[in-house]
Amino acid sequence: MLELHRLTKHFGGVRAVDGVDLIVNPGEVLGLIGPNGSGKSTTVNLICGLFPLTSGLIMFKGEDISALPPHERVTRGIARTFQNIRLFGQLTVWQNLWVAQNSAEQRRQNPVRRWFGGGGSAREDIGRTLEFFDLAHKRDELAGNLAFGEQRRLEFARAFAAKPVLLLLDEPAAGMNAEEIDQLDARIRTLRDTGMAILLIEHHVELVMSVADRIAVLNFGQKIAEGSPAEVQNNPLVREAYLGTATAA
Amino acid sequence: MDFYLGLAQIIGVHTLLGLSAYCVLLTGQVSLAQAGFFAIGAYVAGMLTVLAGWSLVPALLISALVSGAVACAVGFPALRVKGLMLVVATTAFGEAVRLFFFNFTYQIQAGNLKLGPHGGEGFRQIRYFPENGWSTLDVVIFIWIVVALVMAALWWLDRSRAGAVLRAVGEDELAAQSSGINITAVKVSAMTIGGLIAGIGGGIFAHYTTHIEHIQFGVVLATFAIAYPILGGLSNVFGTLLAVIFIQGFLIEGLRFMGDWRNLLFGGLIVLAMNIRPRGLLDAGTTRALKRLFSSGKEPSGA
Repeated sequence: MLELHRLTKHFGGVRAVDGVDLIVNPGEVLGLIGPNGSGKSTTVNLICGLFPLTSGLIMFKGEDISALPPHERVTRGIARTFQNIRLFGQLTVWQNLWVAQNSAEQRRQNPVRRWFGGGGSAREDIGRTLEFFDLAHKRDELAGNLAFGEQRRLEFARAFAAKPVLLLLDEPAAGMNAEEIDQLDARIRTLRDTGMAILLIEHHVELVMSVADRIAVLNFGQKIAEGSPAEVQNNPLVREAYLGTATAA
Repeated sequence: MDFYLGLAQIIGVHTLLGLSAYCVLLTGQVSLAQAGFFAIGAYVAGMLTVLAGWSLVPALLISALVSGAVACAVGFPALRVKGLMLVVATTAFGEAVRLFFFNFTYQIQAGNLKLGPHGGEGFRQIRYFPENGWSTLDVVIFIWIVVALVMAALWWLDRSRAGAVLRAVGEDELAAQSSGINITAVKVSAMTIGGLIAGIGGGIFAHYTTHIEHIQFGVVLATFAIAYPILGGLSNVFGTLLAVIFIQGFLIEGLRFMGDWRNLLFGGLIVLAMNIRPRGLLDAGTTRALKRLFSSGKEPSGA
């Protein structure tokens, strides 16, 4: 579904992402891990189009989307969450989802009803989404007043509101407690089983190892390993990237 | 009595000006171009009634459309810059409009009078209201019908998805973009709506003062335009109305007896108001409290 070909991004002299090849398939969770500063978040930002590529190609559903602006990529089915939560704090929970209804199908609605109507069918959709993310009881609360874990869930829900086929989760478990991580794990599995492709960036090793079907490892902007969780865990290059070499110690 | 009617006119027109800035401010853009759109509306409407002999309502519609079109055209380049740079760019635009009218002369001979804008002397004799026998009270009623219509339209916009999208862009452009919102389109639309409203306000202003000149549309007016929604708060349109009443009715007219001391107090009271109510005179909390007061008994679904 998503194919990255020699994806490269230089910031001045820094090679943040340096020739990364990656494929995410439908119904698959691809874990993307690596030490701090290895280029994981930059990769996600490039896939969403927040800054232009230095070189390389992003193919999505067989089309080159490298030059599309961010909002059009959402329309084609790519949605994301942020590492540091970025909600619309002065909007209510359900308004946060309302403004994010930007899938191609949702855009085809009668524009007068879509922009100026009171909600209608959109409300039912939002109701179901809030139910799934266990936020229905917070529907009319301002997003900025939610507890931290709820804000994480709301951001996930907002990404889901655009009916994506590819979901980019940038450290969704950061700051969560064990129970919340279990729920997150379950939600990711449910979504994967509906055929959604999920790219999961995560520092929480247990979560990645449990939920990811495949794992790719970045270090200094380059992919150093890829394979099943077990393969990656035993890869000497990965151990070196995380722990340093035996001689260096 | 005439004093209060005159005040009601000023408050009505300035409310329109403030609401035009309110729309743009919702998307997080601080624009000092609203006085420019106001000026365009004033000159266009004035020329249509005086020189072309149109009646007022169609003239106001055209002045709104012209101001809106200019705002849309200005929006594209101006909104590529942000923050202070946008303030500078929009101020420059406002001054350019003012200087255009400073140099703009287009007069026709009517009997022994010359009518039309005359450069630095301004545009005199916009006598639509007296010529058509409107009393001051008629004018006040007309202005407030327009204000009520515009406020109702914006109130309804605020409750629609379009309003939520404007606020979403105002809060976090990056998140809005990543949620599939075309932020350029949203910002330019807000600017256009602001231009439309300023155009109507300017058109009415030209007719009740009967005499407009470039100097009235300077930076001071632009600052007032942006001060109303900021002081009033962005939670809804009534905040802007409240701020106009506070500034025009209380600070400017109510304190006139203080003579030169007024100007000193003026700034101080605005600073005081902003300190006591940092989110504006009418913030979200007050709005909720008022709502609860009026719907006593049945609690809104927010609980």
